[in-house]
Amino acid sequence: MLIQLNGRPAELPDGASVAEAIAAAGAEHDQRGLAVAVEGEVVPRGEWEATDLRDGQAVEVVRAIQGG
Amino acid sequence: MAEAGADPDARGREAEQASGSSFELGGRTWGSRLIVGSGGFRSLEVFESALEASGTEIVTVALRRIDPLSEGSVLDVAERLGVFVLPNTAGCYTARDAVRTARLAREAFETEWIKLEVIGDDRTLFPDAVELVDAAETLVDDGFTVLPYTNDDPILARRLEEIGCAAVMPLGSPIGSGMGIRNPYNIEIIVEQSRVPVILDAGIGTASEAALAMELGCDGVLLASAVARAQDPTRMAVAMRRAVEAGYGARRAGRIARKLHAEPSTPDAGMPDLG
Repeated sequence: MLIQLNGRPAELPDGASVAEAIAAAGAEHDQRGLAVAVEGEVVPRGEWEATDLRDGQAVEVVRAIQGG
Repeated sequence: MAEAGADPDARGREAEQASGSSFELGGRTWGSRLIVGSGGFRSLEVFESALEASGTEIVTVALRRIDPLSEGSVLDVAERLGVFVLPNTAGCYTARDAVRTARLAREAFETEWIKLEVIGDDRTLFPDAVELVDAAETLVDDGFTVLPYTNDDPILARRLEEIGCAAVMPLGSPIGSGMGIRNPYNIEIIVEQSRVPVILDAGIGTASEAALAMELGCDGVLLASAVARAQDPTRMAVAMRRAVEAGYGARRAGRIARKLHAEPSTPDAGMPDLG
């Protein structure tokens, strides 16, 4: 399936989880200051493994940067 | 035996401690009234050095898409220095984006605190008052401790306080402009009317302007560029720490009234007649 991962198309296995998308984005699961939104809604850390993605969904993986 | 008052600096510190320079923000007590933004530093090393020198207890950070190539982390620096990480919604133009960013930040940093920024355009970076109030309402209802970056508009500041924001943070002048406090009278009105802390946020260019913010009665100062983009950020961080302390001290001490004409500080009585 094809999802939008941080604004770019990404090919993931059908039924891939949020955790797999995080790995595909280049992040470590246990990385501090990491958060994920699917279609703009936050997926809590505890649900990353159990939350499956669907084709076409937009996933944002964010972390802290210097700013403000 | 050391003569009392041999060290005026120590005496000053004692007086300051006696009067108490700590303040309440968001239900917590803070020793430093200087909040530092983490953006704009040349390197993490410079950032860490300046942050430590500033004596701050709160540092703001932003959220952006993960970059696997980036090395080091602002969070590591904050942790090493024991500084509280205050996430912001920098770059958001709508209430919807700001609320979503705040929720991501809550998940990422496990904090209910959010520095709320909802800007109107990229030329001025002025807050969009309508979107700001909308986002603040949603986030307060959602249990956030909301610290809104706002205009120097007393009415808007009052609205934000009424909504339940934990502070109001009026700008001195546009973000990163270094133009200081363009409307000190409005800042005074905001201070006078507010029952939540007032933090002067944005526009500070140099130490005297941070001191002025405190002399106007602000509870604290938030700045980033003034330190980050100074030629010597660590030195400027020290200057800002002292400026905030000096301005606060002067406010507490109570300045003399301004007069058009002189008032001699030495009595005329007893003046010798020297022919």
